[in-house]
Amino acid sequence: MAKNFSIKHQPGFTAIAATCFIVLYLPIIVLVIYAFNAASSTSEWGGFSLKWFQSAWQNTQVVDATLRSFQIGSIAAVLSTTFATMAALATTRTAPYPGLTFKYAAINQPLMVPEIVTGVALLIFFSRIKIFTGYSGIGYLIAAHTAFCIPFAYLPIRARLENMDLTLERAAADLYATPWKTFRRITLPLLWPGILAGLMLAFVISLDDVVITEFVKSGGQDTLPTYMLGQIRRGITPEINAISTAFLLLSVAIVTLFFFVSRKRD
Amino acid sequence: MATAEEVAKAAERRDVRDRWLLSAPALLVIFLAATGPLLIVLVYSFLTPGPYGDVKWQFSPEAWIAVFLERDIFDDTLSAAAAHVTIFLRSIKLSVVTTIATLVLGFPTAYFMATRSEKTRDLWLFLITIPFWTNLLIRTFAVLQIIRNEGIVNSILLKLGIISAPIQILYTDTAILIGMAYVYLPLMVLPIYASMEKLDFRLVEAGYDLYATRFQVLRRIIFPLVKPGVIAGSILVFIPALGAYVTPSVLGGGKNMMLSNLIELQFGQGRNWPLGSALSIAVMIIVMVALLAYVRNAGKSGVRHG
Repeated sequence: MAKNFSIKHQPGFTAIAATCFIVLYLPIIVLVIYAFNAASSTSEWGGFSLKWFQSAWQNTQVVDATLRSFQIGSIAAVLSTTFATMAALATTRTAPYPGLTFKYAAINQPLMVPEIVTGVALLIFFSRIKIFTGYSGIGYLIAAHTAFCIPFAYLPIRARLENMDLTLERAAADLYATPWKTFRRITLPLLWPGILAGLMLAFVISLDDVVITEFVKSGGQDTLPTYMLGQIRRGITPEINAISTAFLLLSVAIVTLFFFVSRKRD
Repeated sequence: MATAEEVAKAAERRDVRDRWLLSAPALLVIFLAATGPLLIVLVYSFLTPGPYGDVKWQFSPEAWIAVFLERDIFDDTLSAAAAHVTIFLRSIKLSVVTTIATLVLGFPTAYFMATRSEKTRDLWLFLITIPFWTNLLIRTFAVLQIIRNEGIVNSILLKLGIISAPIQILYTDTAILIGMAYVYLPLMVLPIYASMEKLDFRLVEAGYDLYATRFQVLRRIIFPLVKPGVIAGSILVFIPALGAYVTPSVLGGGKNMMLSNLIELQFGQGRNWPLGSALSIAVMIIVMVALLAYVRNAGKSGVRHG
């Protein structure tokens, strides 16, 4: 056998992997390039220009939808992360107790159901409540987003907790710290990176949602993704490229931050 | 006085109660805004459609009959609802092909990532994570711009003289397939990578010592060991693919419907909420079957390799 026989080599695998990475990034790169296109059609290059960013910035519908996305995203992220943190504390570092498996299943349930089904279910449920209470505000969207963000926020927090043993908490209790004090001074600071990761994950997930929002929203409650979907269905202008580019930049920034926060070992 | 045992028991009970209280908000929100409404969908699927959408509170099995059968308006006979069957079959076919395509591409990619040095592995993982967390609509839109008649694929093929007129890819099943494979690829790569990262390459070496070929090593050693990751990846791709809404809406152009578009139609122009509900439950049932198959398989491989 050859001298430099590598046990890790498999023929063609590197080529396929290279193709995958190129194919994953090429469309996104093309999309970003065309956001800076001066021509008003996306099929020809008319020179570098920032005019589509400017026109998106001046489009009140875009600004409205963006602000609404941020509003829903931040409220849903804070609520879901708070609830997920509490749930994670309740479901880790314990001997199995009655109902533990049920809790795991319940918390992960939104991940098991196709979004379209949840969307339809919420459309029916909320339309009943709307008739009953007369309220048709943004609260429904916040409730829906909070629910499907919980399993995502739960993941990193639970992972973090499972790597923390109870030694420090026991030591604090031995030194007469109250449970609340132990939580504030010991558990919370140690858990913080997990909570931060959960918060960012929940925010990104909420910001990206199209399907559930599309079914739950009332008239005039477009978020940025549902606004974009409407525009893309009607035909494309480079303005959508510009909005997408700004959106991408934000996502990449959050994901990068998340990556470093969740990779950091104590 | 209470014995030590009783005190311990009481403390344990208190602990379990506290743990229920702590998880209550999360469970309540999920029940109100995710799980609970699914039960309402089930109820709605057995009601009569109202004239302007919504329902009349009157039991009717019509919606479930209409999922697969069509009632003739003249003589009331039932026949297969060709349109629905076609959409069901198309959705299942596209989801299965998407799963296979992402597996064929994703498996070698995960293998490549897992065989890099410890340091560069994080970089590759980061590169696959970025598209994973990037807005699905934006990624679908990016694919649309590439495969359009005026898109980069057709322009290059035209310039090279391989084709004389643009190939119509957009608004076909192929477009939906390309789009789904593109957006769901990271969902396949990540779980396979997670299994692959733990792979003990001494086993691979042992295989070569025993004169196995590269393909035999792949088939008899590597694949069985990372099978849980492969199954997890397949489930993670298949479920959202079956319920895909954005990709067929954008790339299928309204003509090439998938299940989600058919369901949406019943709540919009169709004004048949019971049928929409029945179709949603049908999608859920297919997903459940897939999940059950996964749980059984994962259980088995867990026993064998655990």
